[in-house]
Amino acid sequence: MREENARAYWAANLKLIFTYLIIWFVVSYGCGILFVDALNNIQFFGFKLGFWFAQQGSIYVFLVLIWMYAFTMNKLDRKFDVHEE
Amino acid sequence: MDVQLLTYLFVGGSFALYIGIAIWSRASSTKDFYVAGGGVSPIANGAATAADWMSAASFISMAGIIAFSGYDASVYLMGWTGGYVLLAMLLAPYLRKFGKFTVPDFIGDRYYSNVARTVAVICVIFISFTYVAGQMRGVGIVFARFLEVDVNMGVVIGMAIVFFYAVLGGMKGITYTQVAQYCVLIFAFLVPAVFLSILMTGHVLPQTGFGATVLDAAGNDTGVYLLERLDGIVQDLGFGAYTEGQKSTIDVFFIAAALMCGTAGLPHVIVRFFTVPTVRDARISAGWALLFIALLYTTAPAVGAFARTNLIETVHQTEYEELPGWFYNWENSGLIGWVDKNDDGRVQMSAGAAFKGTPTFAGDRDEVTGSHGQRVVTNEVTDNDAEVYIDRDIIVLANPEIGNLPAWVIALVAAGGVAAALSTAAGLLLVISSAVSHDLLKKTLKPDISEKQELLAARLAAVVAILIAGYFGINPPGFVAQVVAFAFGLAAASFFPVILMGIFYKRMNKEGAIAGMAVGLAFTFSYIVYFKFVSPELNSAENWLFGVSPEGIGTVGMVLNFIVAFAVSRVTAPPPEHIQHIVEDIRVPRGAGGASAH
Repeated sequence: MREENARAYWAANLKLIFTYLIIWFVVSYGCGILFVDALNNIQFFGFKLGFWFAQQGSIYVFLVLIWMYAFTMNKLDRKFDVHEE
Repeated sequence: MDVQLLTYLFVGGSFALYIGIAIWSRASSTKDFYVAGGGVSPIANGAATAADWMSAASFISMAGIIAFSGYDASVYLMGWTGGYVLLAMLLAPYLRKFGKFTVPDFIGDRYYSNVARTVAVICVIFISFTYVAGQMRGVGIVFARFLEVDVNMGVVIGMAIVFFYAVLGGMKGITYTQVAQYCVLIFAFLVPAVFLSILMTGHVLPQTGFGATVLDAAGNDTGVYLLERLDGIVQDLGFGAYTEGQKSTIDVFFIAAALMCGTAGLPHVIVRFFTVPTVRDARISAGWALLFIALLYTTAPAVGAFARTNLIETVHQTEYEELPGWFYNWENSGLIGWVDKNDDGRVQMSAGAAFKGTPTFAGDRDEVTGSHGQRVVTNEVTDNDAEVYIDRDIIVLANPEIGNLPAWVIALVAAGGVAAALSTAAGLLLVISSAVSHDLLKKTLKPDISEKQELLAARLAAVVAILIAGYFGINPPGFVAQVVAFAFGLAAASFFPVILMGIFYKRMNKEGAIAGMAVGLAFTFSYIVYFKFVSPELNSAENWLFGVSPEGIGTVGMVLNFIVAFAVSRVTAPPPEHIQHIVEDIRVPRGAGGASAH
């Protein structure tokens, strides 16, 4: 039972990491590098959108990802009863 | 009060603070010395990580690089922040649960092999020394620029300060001084940026200011976006558009990946996450670290855009005699040089270099001057229209002067530059000393030494490391700039894959890990050495493998590491039962005690 629980917890963790890393990849390598020219045709306030993602937006998304991961994992720790005292 | 006196006051005051903290937080055990007793709060650890991470290069050079290369510099912004996402999700929490002192500790234990441990120790020492040489030089330069002492004297003063709190306080002393250093450096970076932003766009936040419309000299809105205007100005001078890249997409992609994975694999960053009490704290701490780092990293591109606009509008087509005072000051320091190619007495900017290399002068200004009072440059002149050389590093240092900001802001920037360089140097020196005293001495050569002896060895190793770093600061190897590619490339090609697989792939065994590390390292090392040292004349896109520059080759090395490690582990025996249990154990948070030696 305990082993099964640990396995389920790990699977949930991996799923979360996978989802967040896709977002991480899309905003930096996608919006900031691979599709930057296409996005630059869109105006975002005084920025070209691709340029904004490369120099500002990607960093904000990284921040949100790390904080969301920390909060979600804290909840998962409790749900699977593997949290620290 | 004049700038000189204020600078002495600010820098001296910050030093007194660091020394005070060092005395208050003396280390009394190896646990204090290596991981600050494992009791650092996640916010303090976040600030310390940020100070540790942001070096003289981040503080002084990055905004300048952005100002001169526009979009292409985005790889540094994304690369050096995106790595924290990897760190927070893939490495930090599990390494904290593992609960040892150093990175070679993890590699040696997880791969049940002293060969793996020793390879890791060598990498740690090589990566850290590469990095620290530049930091000591940075301290010296800031001293020389602002306090008018000799560069070498500056290095010695910097060594003395680091010596005091790193040797005395170990990780504990370093952590709390880094918190103070973070406050000094971020304040010093933000104040001039906010001033400039208000001046140019009326926005308080530089982050929104550089996407806003520019104000004219009277403070009225011109209705033209700053970046649009900047694109126009630089294109008129023959440069590519500021907001568009000149590098190939594939190279940018690989460099960004090497920087991200390298960041996550740098030992002095990883080790910071051993200092927090729990796994939960390790996760949150990465969030705080990136928040503190992002304050500077989202401001830097704004500073770059403001500074480039300001610089061109102030200097281009201006008569030499009419230029503001900072131009002459930095010409005196040899970081600006002007040749009047068309003999009209005005300074023209244009794409291309004004002359070959960095400026060398016929003599000081009071000895030799040209027809307009300028210092005479003796370099071989090129045949384009560019007349002026401006060193990138002056962007941040001269910004307060360019923006006509009050004297105390200039003094603050000096204190910030020193804080940035010292905090990074101290973190690296600690990693070197613990690699020697803990991983090499205690874990490999002489396992029977007492804790007291180990602590003494750690202090001695720190002393030796400081002396070597100081030597490199005073006699900088000519290749310091080139070897930065090394640090990230090697960390990406060695530590990142091996640690990652150690956590996420239970079946990975010592044969796989060692083979992977060896192949990744050897490949990356020889590629960089070949293009940077053996045949630098071939270092251009058509000769590169897949069009990847030496800066980005760590990514290829990393992929090779993964492939080789996986293949070798499939044909050799799985790791012993108890190792598989360790891996299962580090995956769940419960039961994380303090970091321990046993």
